[in-house]
Amino acid sequence: MGKVRKGVEVSIAIADAVAQADVDVIAAYPITPQTHIVEHLSEIVADGELDAEYVPVDSEHSAMSVCCGSAAVGARTFTSTSSQGLALMSEIFFIAAAMRLPMVMALANRSLSSPLSIWNDHSDVMMVRDAGWICIFVENGQETYDNIFCAFRMSEDPEVMLPVAVNLDGFILTHMIEPVEYEDDDLIRRYLPEFKMKNALHPDHPVSMGCFGMPEIYTEAQMNREMGVRNSYPHIVKAWEEWGRLTGRHYRPVETYRTDDAEYCIVTMGSYGETAMEVVDALRAEGEKVGVVKIRLWRPFPLDEFRAAVLGKKHLIVVDRAITFGGQGGPVATELRSALYKRDGAPTIVNYVAGLAGRDVSRKDFRSIITEGRKKAEAGDTEGFTLYGLRG
Amino acid sequence: MAKTSVSSPKNVERAEYFAPGHRACQGCAEVLAVRLVLKALGKDTIVAMATGCMEIISSPLPLTSWRIPWIHNAFENPAAVISGCEAGMKAMMRKGKMPAKKINFVGMGGDGATADIGFGSLSGALERGHDMIYVCYDNEAYMNTGIQRSSSTPYGASTTTSPAGKKSIGQRTQKKNMVEIAVAHGIPYVATACPSFPFDLLDKIKKASETPGPAYVHILSVCPTGWRIQPSDAIRYGRLAVNSCSFPLYEVVNGKYRVTYKPSDKKLIPVSEYLSGQGRFRHLTDKDIEQIQAATTRQYERLLKLSEEE
Ligand SMILES: Cc1ncc(C[n+]2csc(CCOP(=O)(O)OP(=O)(O)O)c2C)c(N)n1
Ligand code: SF4
Ligand SMILES: [Mg+2]
Repeated sequence: MGKVRKGVEVSIAIADAVAQADVDVIAAYPITPQTHIVEHLSEIVADGELDAEYVPVDSEHSAMSVCCGSAAVGARTFTSTSSQGLALMSEIFFIAAAMRLPMVMALANRSLSSPLSIWNDHSDVMMVRDAGWICIFVENGQETYDNIFCAFRMSEDPEVMLPVAVNLDGFILTHMIEPVEYEDDDLIRRYLPEFKMKNALHPDHPVSMGCFGMPEIYTEAQMNREMGVRNSYPHIVKAWEEWGRLTGRHYRPVETYRTDDAEYCIVTMGSYGETAMEVVDALRAEGEKVGVVKIRLWRPFPLDEFRAAVLGKKHLIVVDRAITFGGQGGPVATELRSALYKRDGAPTIVNYVAGLAGRDVSRKDFRSIITEGRKKAEAGDTEGFTLYGLRG
Repeated sequence: MAKTSVSSPKNVERAEYFAPGHRACQGCAEVLAVRLVLKALGKDTIVAMATGCMEIISSPLPLTSWRIPWIHNAFENPAAVISGCEAGMKAMMRKGKMPAKKINFVGMGGDGATADIGFGSLSGALERGHDMIYVCYDNEAYMNTGIQRSSSTPYGASTTTSPAGKKSIGQRTQKKNMVEIAVAHGIPYVATACPSFPFDLLDKIKKASETPGPAYVHILSVCPTGWRIQPSDAIRYGRLAVNSCSFPLYEVVNGKYRVTYKPSDKKLIPVSEYLSGQGRFRHLTDKDIEQIQAATTRQYERLLKLSEEE
């Protein structure tokens, strides 16, 4: 494929990126809103546009298990799921990271049952927050396309060797038709050379993978895992920088918009960032000193970059897309509060949970979240969270 | 299919791919089965194994008994994991990313991993037609976690979750017939085996390896600990199981049944001889045993008929 700009459904752009990445194995089980991704991939394989094994598994549990097997022999591996599918595969999702098996997942974020809902929020990914996967959030079609390549590059980096989930909002992003600039195959091959895994399963050099750990070694194994995730950070940044150098499109773990002189900021993760930017532009025109902080890298958590972006601001209004039942707020706000605890110049945090199961959060809603949130912050009303738009 | 018969100890592969020093109980015939299976497969083999006795006794970090590439991932997914290994290597070899080579892709699990928790994932892998072998080591209970019943536990056996009691015979259900279920998938090779009949076992694993597509081999693996017998009796009990027709040795090649070992009139024994010495069946009455005998005879006759039909 040559460099071309096209209007394309984001799910199709993902499948096209997977084909350009010359993936060897795809194992997935259909679930809305991920289906268009895997349907298009099976088409691409059926038409011979991608030479790969498409493994039509019996469940998501088997999908992740097949991915583990295929990654263990050193094959470039892709999967995609949502919500209940992620829940079903969660046992193996954790094991994939613990065994340091590189693979990429497009996680089309969808709410968790019950009540059953096919619509978008972040309750699925938050369930596996602590699994040890690298978790990236994207906002639009271009970012999604780009980050499929970046994710493979990060995942297969010998210094990283971790699975990567590219999170994109179900429907809101998966089903949108957007302009996407495709890069040409040469550039992709330069950026993402053939994967050569050290210590892959092969009869010529037998290794044992997935041995069990007694108490005298389990702790060390967990620390090793923690270091693995933590040490991936500079390599993640490097993968994005290299992509930026080649394409002119740049990504950072934390991205900011009009924050330089902002007194307070709204914090988002995922496709809400774009709406937030529009509303901030409008508020700026009215003289409000407000900006947007977007968390692109959720795991490993970009502590230093986040602090650098917000210390000295007065308030943060954090919009979460999931509830931690019985906890102290949405998962993002809870994390950010702990990141700022007792830091000099730490802003106060007001937390909203909004847009559960795809309930629309319009520009008007964002405006009221920001203005209401600011009032709450000034009144010192910063505990817990507010479920935005809850009907009485 | 090439003739692979291993009829004398002289023909048995000398190399050991399963190292000594593992932690299985004395007299464990399940680990003997593993060792024999690996001898039949040879070094160009990749194994994906379920959680269970064989995984635990062979892989305490940082040690391993495996001299061939081996992966353990979870309890219920060895069939899916090995199908992923197969798919990955197939794609890479086809694309020239890796030199082509014939490799045995082998999934292994206990009866719990196979007949219960990993049933769906095994069925999926068999149905998809991967070039793989699945080996079930059937010791007729969840031994690793302390002798709990599985759907492969035979009728009347007392286990820690199907205890015999004043109001219970122990296991109330009939042993799930995994072999017939495998046959129903229409795969090219299905067989039963038992390490008490090592040549028959080696032959069948070799055939499974030579068969393109999925193969399923179900190995009765005597567990002295769980069956409550003497470790020194494990091999003998495997013979009793086969000679009493409780566990017939047969294969199904492209749907064609063949009993590979028929106990001669001299060898044929009643099931009581097989059951009576085992602690797990100690509570059975003569009437219970009569009933089991009738069911066993019925099933064996059905099998003979199936194999004669061909
Ligand atoms: C999802 C899950 N459920 C339960 C267990 C606990 N468990 C580990 S091994 C095992 C039983 C294994 O039985 P079987 O497959 O028959 O193998 P055996 O130990 O008898 O050889 C159980 C219940 C587990 N590891 N994972
Ligand atoms: S419990 Fe049984 S199967 Fe497990 S190691 Fe001991 S003898 Fe072997
Ligand atoms: Mg068992």
